Amino acid sequence: MKVKVLYLASLREQLGKPGEDLEIPHATSTVAGLRALLMARGGPWQTALAQGKALRVAVNQEMAQPATPVKPGDEVAFFPPVTGG
Amino acid sequence: MPVRIQTKDFDAGAEMAALRRDNPKIGAVASFIGVCRDANDGAAVTKMTLEHYPGMTEKALESIVTEARGRWNIMDALIVHRVGELKPTDQIVLVVVTGAHRGEAFAACEFIMDYLKTRAPFWKREDTPQGARWVEARSSDDAAAEKW
Repeated sequence: MKVKVLYLASLREQLGKPGEDLEIPHATSTVAGLRALLMARGGPWQTALAQGKALRVAVNQEMAQPATPVKPGDEVAFFPPVTGG
Repeated sequence: MPVRIQTKDFDAGAEMAALRRDNPKIGAVASFIGVCRDANDGAAVTKMTLEHYPGMTEKALESIVTEARGRWNIMDALIVHRVGELKPTDQIVLVVVTGAHRGEAFAACEFIMDYLKTRAPFWKREDTPQGARWVEARSSDDAAAEKW
């Protein structure tokens, strides 16, 4: 299935791109699954997305949890904890 | 519109007057302005760049205002948040809440800021004499949001 993935703020710099359209296996149907798939690329992906790193994920622009489902056409954004205000 | 993201500066007085619209039911106007400082975490800050997640930011802020309306009996609320390049002394964010009485207006205003700090997708990058760096989220901000 196709999903749109975004990398924001410091994560965009660490990963070297603002986002990408990805074709992912249907089995990768949660936020945690997608994170694991990206981490498997190794290098900066492994370090920037490592478990234990403070990371936030939004699915279709709503804050998500590791178990949040990812469906075809979804927009999934990875970003560091927010620092506005 | 209760929520605005913009690069340009805002006039707090004009925003408050617009929110009040001479409504005689309003007895209290509480406001907060966040301002860019010239130092953070032991380093001088010469410039700050604020970025956000267009689309989600507006939704997140609107949902914070909706939450505040559900918790307190307030008349109206406004959030204006700037993005782009800012320098020390520049205004960053404005929150205004109107209500019949000050207690609920004060509480809702503080609640909106505490939630904004931890839930709205904005990120600050600072320029310091030692180079540029992303501002780290503070655990004190999480604690402030959790008290509500």
